[in-house]
Amino acid sequence: MPQTIVRPPGRRRVARGLPGGWGFYTRLAALSAFDAVVLPFVITLFRDQEYALAGAVGIALLLINFVVLVERAYPLRYLLPGLLFMGALVVYPAIYNIYVSFTNYGTGNILSMQQVIQQLEAQTYAPPGAPRFPYAVFETEQGERTLLLTAPDGRLLVTVGHRVVPLAHVSGPEAVGLPEDPGFRLDVTVDENGNVVRIGDARRLERREVLQRLSALQHLELDMDGTRLRLADANNFQALSPRYTYNRAENVLVDNATGVVYVPKDGFFTSPDGERLLPGFRTTVGLANYVRLLTNPAIAGPFLQVFVWTFVWAGMSVVLTFSLGLGLALVLNHPQFKLKGLYRSLLIIPYTIPGFVSALVWRGLFNTEFGQVNRVVQALFGTVIPWLQDPFWAKVALLIVNLWLGYPYMMIVCLGALQSISPELYEAAYCDGARPWQRFWHITLPLLMTSVAPLLVSSFAYNFNNFTVIYLVTRGRPPIAGAVTPAGATDILISYTYRLAFESGRGADYGLAAAVSLLIFFIVGTITWLNFRFTRAFEEVEHSA
Amino acid sequence: MHERLSVWGHLWRHAVIWLALAFAFFPVVWVVSASFDGSNTLVQQQIVPIVPTLDNYKMLVQEPRYPFFTWMWNSLKVATVSSSLSVFLCALAAYAFSRFRFRGRRGGLFALILVQIFPQVLAMVSIYLLLLSIGRYIPALGLNTHAGLIMVYLGGAIGINTWLMKGYFDTIPRELEESAFIDGASRFATFTRIVLPLARPILVVVFILSFIGTYSEFILARVLLQSNEQLTLAVGMNLFIGDQYARRWGVFSAGALVASLPIVLIFMLMQRQLIAGLTQGGVKG
Repeated sequence: MPQTIVRPPGRRRVARGLPGGWGFYTRLAALSAFDAVVLPFVITLFRDQEYALAGAVGIALLLINFVVLVERAYPLRYLLPGLLFMGALVVYPAIYNIYVSFTNYGTGNILSMQQVIQQLEAQTYAPPGAPRFPYAVFETEQGERTLLLTAPDGRLLVTVGHRVVPLAHVSGPEAVGLPEDPGFRLDVTVDENGNVVRIGDARRLERREVLQRLSALQHLELDMDGTRLRLADANNFQALSPRYTYNRAENVLVDNATGVVYVPKDGFFTSPDGERLLPGFRTTVGLANYVRLLTNPAIAGPFLQVFVWTFVWAGMSVVLTFSLGLGLALVLNHPQFKLKGLYRSLLIIPYTIPGFVSALVWRGLFNTEFGQVNRVVQALFGTVIPWLQDPFWAKVALLIVNLWLGYPYMMIVCLGALQSISPELYEAAYCDGARPWQRFWHITLPLLMTSVAPLLVSSFAYNFNNFTVIYLVTRGRPPIAGAVTPAGATDILISYTYRLAFESGRGADYGLAAAVSLLIFFIVGTITWLNFRFTRAFEEVEHSA
Repeated sequence: MHERLSVWGHLWRHAVIWLALAFAFFPVVWVVSASFDGSNTLVQQQIVPIVPTLDNYKMLVQEPRYPFFTWMWNSLKVATVSSSLSVFLCALAAYAFSRFRFRGRRGGLFALILVQIFPQVLAMVSIYLLLLSIGRYIPALGLNTHAGLIMVYLGGAIGINTWLMKGYFDTIPRELEESAFIDGASRFATFTRIVLPLARPILVVVFILSFIGTYSEFILARVLLQSNEQLTLAVGMNLFIGDQYARRWGVFSAGALVASLPIVLIFMLMQRQLIAGLTQGGVKG
């Protein structure tokens, strides 16, 4: 179709009589202010090693500058807001998802290697020859506690909070030499043998009383000018040293207690004997997630079941909803049939109720002991069905729910399509003596299919990922016996992904979940692409573009 | 074409429809009944409540651990804001695709379609991790925030809605805009004053469809929202009923009816426009 395009008025001919330069300078000022906020943010992201995020924000910033500054990019000013959102929340996650599927990201491997090294280096241990500090405990009526430690050289030390400071003298009110508060005093009382019996209002505890407080004392970590002290046994505190030292040059972690060298391997610092230090860090693991999914029997078996059921579920849902929808449409479509409009309005009621509400309601109705469905079954057949406990019946229940949810859509679509079939065709068939079912098979169905088939394919793709119904009606249960991943008999791939990532009793496995979702993407992508090919949607795009 | 319907023909057709209606209304009848039933349980529920009462509806307001109306407000808010923004952003983009000729235009249109092949929920893991990272720097957009959730919904809806609108914009004659240009109106002014008012039917349909979709969305809200008072209805009601059908059936049913009300009303009022839109897109969860 030829298009007449009138040149747009152009940016330079500003309508409202503003001086030409003004708008540009205002824009420039606003843009500078914006850049001044966002640019430091990008730098912060880089410094925190959030490279992907930093890159994404950086590109967005560049685009915004380009579009605002370059006159030629005027059309992009209309496009950019939407494109940025789509880029940030559809495209970026999709790409990041690919990356995650090649990593071991998940519970136990959440932190970066940097963070794990920091954590491990903060761990301490008490080397065998470390100095020991015998101690006494003092406590006020209110339970405020002060410790008196004796250094190996005989000096006395007291605790102020978590700090350990030397006690200058052991009689009378004494300055305790706090560096930041020289006037700080502790009133120390000594008995005739030279033993300290009171510090301030706190009384020295008997040994029996000390033993009762051991568990509290065990958690204390005292700080003596940077050296950390911990309870070593019932009678002594002991100085601690860092347990691990990271050697940057060789990229190894050395255990100072045992001398064992740990090498980063598969997301853990690992000793030559294969012992792993916790926590692990996230790292790329190549195809490990995909290999696990396809070869580890405890994962692959249940995965295959989930995989097959996903196809059965989506296929059966389409067939059932379409059959019922078409059937009702055919019944309603007869010109002499009365109350057609009223019936149609009533029959689409299930479609108007939000899906999550219907799913939760049906979950109740399918309750094996009290549910209304089983009451009907009981009345008709004298027995009850274990709807949500038995794998087979759980699947039947889901299909019934989805039939209820989906048939109105198919009915509406079919009613529309039936209207467009020319009556002459039927008349001709009637004259040729075709029986009703022949007319259906040879006229109605083929003609209907030309317009409805693409919708059936999108319905298949939609149900392929119909998380809401599966999760809210059965939660994917009952579980598959022997599965090490959270896989249920009614789980479809998307609910399986969700449970892997967010609901596994064994912790989240983002890497494996991402690998599964990538597989779903390829399946759904292929189906949609084929659908486009066959319905020539691409040509339509080409045409309307 | 069709033969005259015999009496039998009428009868069996009505019988089939009545069977279908029984199926369609089976859950509805039980839920309406339960919502007025004082016993508040699925066990031994009668189809006509023995003790009809409004207590279940009162409980919806009063139960502090399960703030039903806070959830409903959250759902309405998230759905309204994200649908409005979506309509605005998509209208801007659709206008550019419809009226400008620029390099990369064709590629951009294809990209929109291709992106739509990738359902956003598939990336839930990375969306979760993305919001986790964002939240470290901008807490207001992180996990457990409505702004974050709205952002996610907005991103997911751009592709298809832009296409729907672009198709409609193409049908609006350009002569009106041209005469506005001649009168000295700016590009943006013709867009807001002329094109948008003329495109109102499609703006309304896109708004309503995305409102319904967002209002009913479960999985992303479930993944991204955490604290009780932030939840949307879908997540909250799932939490509320859990496995407590024997103890909370009545209150849940009252909630289910109230929760469905806005969507059912929209459908009733806009049946004709929506049916046309649905056969093109089929967006509803």
